[in-house]
Amino acid sequence: MKLDAKIPSGPIQDKWDTRRFDLKLVNPANKRKYKVLVVGSGLAGASAAASLAELGYQVECFCFQDSPRRAHSIAAQGGINAAKNYRNDGDSVWRLFYDTVKGGDFRAREANVYRLAQLSVNIIDQAVAQGVPFAREYGGLLDNRSFGGAQVSRTFYARGQTGQQLLLGAYASLSRQIGLGAVKMFPRTEMLDVVLVDGHAKGIVVRDLVTGEVRSHAGDAVVLATGGYGNVFYLSTNAKGCNVTATWRAHKRGAGFANPCYTQIHPTCIPVSGDHQSKLTLMSESLRNDGRVWVPKAAGDKRQPSEIPDDERDYYLERKYPSFGNLAPRDIASRAAMQVCDEGRGIGETGLGVFLDFRDSIKRLGKDAIAARYGNLFHMYAKITAEDPYSRPMRIFPAVHYTMGGLWVDYDLQSTIPGLFVLGEANFSDHGANRLGASALMQGLADGYFVIPYTVGGYLAGQKAGSVGSDRPEFASTVAGVQEMTRKLLSIQGKRTVDDFHKALGKIMWGKCGMARNEAGLQQALQEIPVLREEFWRDVRVLGSNESLNQSLEKAGRVADFLEFGELMCRDALERRESCGGHFREEWQDEGEARRDDENFCHAAVWEYQGEGKAPVRHEEPLAFENVHLAVRSYK
Amino acid sequence: MKVTLHIWRQSRQSTKGDFAQDGRMVRYELDHVSADMSFLEMLDVLNEQLIHKGEEPVAFDHDCREGICGSCGVVIDGVPHGPERGTTTCQLHMRSFKDGAEIWVEPWRAAAFPVVRDLVVDRSSFDRVVQKGAFISVGTGAPQDANAIPVPKHDADRAFDAATCIGCGACVAACKNASAMLFVGAKVSHFMHLPQGRVEREQRARDLVAAMDREGFGNCTNQYECEAACPKEIPVRVIAEMNREFVRAKAVEEPASDKGTGGHG
Repeated sequence: MKLDAKIPSGPIQDKWDTRRFDLKLVNPANKRKYKVLVVGSGLAGASAAASLAELGYQVECFCFQDSPRRAHSIAAQGGINAAKNYRNDGDSVWRLFYDTVKGGDFRAREANVYRLAQLSVNIIDQAVAQGVPFAREYGGLLDNRSFGGAQVSRTFYARGQTGQQLLLGAYASLSRQIGLGAVKMFPRTEMLDVVLVDGHAKGIVVRDLVTGEVRSHAGDAVVLATGGYGNVFYLSTNAKGCNVTATWRAHKRGAGFANPCYTQIHPTCIPVSGDHQSKLTLMSESLRNDGRVWVPKAAGDKRQPSEIPDDERDYYLERKYPSFGNLAPRDIASRAAMQVCDEGRGIGETGLGVFLDFRDSIKRLGKDAIAARYGNLFHMYAKITAEDPYSRPMRIFPAVHYTMGGLWVDYDLQSTIPGLFVLGEANFSDHGANRLGASALMQGLADGYFVIPYTVGGYLAGQKAGSVGSDRPEFASTVAGVQEMTRKLLSIQGKRTVDDFHKALGKIMWGKCGMARNEAGLQQALQEIPVLREEFWRDVRVLGSNESLNQSLEKAGRVADFLEFGELMCRDALERRESCGGHFREEWQDEGEARRDDENFCHAAVWEYQGEGKAPVRHEEPLAFENVHLAVRSYK
Repeated sequence: MKVTLHIWRQSRQSTKGDFAQDGRMVRYELDHVSADMSFLEMLDVLNEQLIHKGEEPVAFDHDCREGICGSCGVVIDGVPHGPERGTTTCQLHMRSFKDGAEIWVEPWRAAAFPVVRDLVVDRSSFDRVVQKGAFISVGTGAPQDANAIPVPKHDADRAFDAATCIGCGACVAACKNASAMLFVGAKVSHFMHLPQGRVEREQRARDLVAAMDREGFGNCTNQYECEAACPKEIPVRVIAEMNREFVRAKAVEEPASDKGTGGHG
């Protein structure tokens, strides 16, 4: 596997300009002869599909939800970063770039991050032009808030529903193109394989989730914007349908998978309430602007929070990280929460929780001001817990939220399979080992609106339009492979349900490849996962038929892939013998702070699939830090 | 706690000629329900038990389970999304029901939302309405600076209040006329309160109303059931705003070139 990141030469500020000029163009009359297949309709997919269609390409867009508007980007709460410097507080493209590289614990590719920071500015302009109702001040100008890992206010927001509003903006643009006939939309359609012809991605195989029909679509390029793999843990803040299937099956066809062990544990989620729990709910990081995180100083203190006086409370983030305080980055805040719980100071019945307290802000600003900022989040919290967060601190605990790893892509967002592009959370490129808050929306939209329209053109210019039709034998054989897997899942008729297996896998992953990892645990997980997978293929029970809506069958395919992917994740975590960002190896720490090993691990690890039952091969893309100097990350 | 469920089961898709197909209410007893479970988690537990018994699980749409994607939605005891105000089905918890409760669970009922299976309906009619004009016709490019046009906070807030719609369809399910006017009104209201949206206001009002009629949604007879059922509490004023925009659009002469094109770009 050759890893050529194709980073343009020259100063970092000029790289994107250089590339845009160097990329070949497709003339407007020829664009309509090319077809691009876009899988996924979240921020990255919808913005890519709409933008490519506006340029004149034929676009087909696929999503498993019943409408493209429901992709999980919709659930992002807090905001989107942009280096607008509207607050005059010292922000700049360079600072956003610096914060993101540092926030990612020096494990991201500098050139990509710089481009992201540059494009951040355009996203806000684009969204406002589309009618996205961002929060405004009385003067009519846009408002900002602060987010973790930054000392400037650069986060634009729409109450606690920023992801929803940005996605609806992209969905509106996509809908306009669908109405004009430029995009053909296929909802309730799941991608189950990529078709390679002469080594290039020239099509996909999908299953119609309503009729069960498995069919292929041919195109000149394929764009995957299929999100992250957080649901490998079963419990996460992801939507129930989020899965690794599209990227995993592309990986099995030859796309390198980079840094699968990088997962983000978000510090502020509602704690688990029982075995029935089907998902975890995030409480936006923006709450840490006005909420203070604390636990009792004494272990085992079970008094009501209101009965614990200030001098018996430990505001541990403010104590340990005075310059960032409650706005310490997510990986650091999560680990700190875990630590105080390990010390027996966790709160609530399970002892797995910390308080997020708004008492002081309500006193300072009034209840109405807090309600205006976070009303929907407080409402959601009250619904789930039956507690009133205005009068009693929220109980929160870390939970799996985002995955920084993903398919390896070069500077053009092209994977190791020519013609296969990967955007948003599905790729690995911008967040290193830890993503800063309000940067996921930024990346999804930068990739979809402003990167892929150029780079796909550069690829297509070297391809003959419509050169591959679905009559090529590769299409029929790929369809047959997918049909065989479906048939097999339905024929086992064992005793355990799909959810049962998924929960069992989640338990292994959370226990041994979660917040903290060590050699022995990972080795053990690598023993347990193949056993569980073997049992799955022997004993899973999927009822019903292929020829109708069958949600168990959909889930079974996804869990089958998680059972393979989980193993790769543990392998990657085992081989990365250092701690960085969200990847915390207990063997490499300085009193709870991650200890990187730049000498041996300043690279992206890229895995190459070798076939069933064979160990994958690990490759390295060295990371060069020419603009931000490698340093120990400190938020103290 | 213990509950008795009556759930609509239907294995084949509804058609115009045969709306209910083989559908019927089926009774299930469920024990050991925790008050902290969400309604959908309760259905998960039921489904696990059904699979163990060799019966096909109940199909229902759901995804984010935090009240924002708009996937979920069933009629519970005759009320879309159940008894709590401003709450989606996934955010409804079993503590809202009494121990021993008998609960009736049905899909959305509307001609424009044919049942796909059990509690799953086809809401693509909503998407088709949106495709006819619930957008600002601006392509990806280099628009002016975001702060170039100030928007009074009050207007931005009004736009936001409408834009918060999750497209779940509860408004249609609640309405005896299966009207989509709260949904469509929310789109009109969102854009009319923003300067960027006012450029196409007449065309948008005309196209959206025509699209809504074409999909087979009914009209509004001012019962306000939609507002009561809306999990995002979108106010019925958006319907009044849409009517006003529509009347206004009718008063403005339609440019000849735009007539009947729909999906203006």
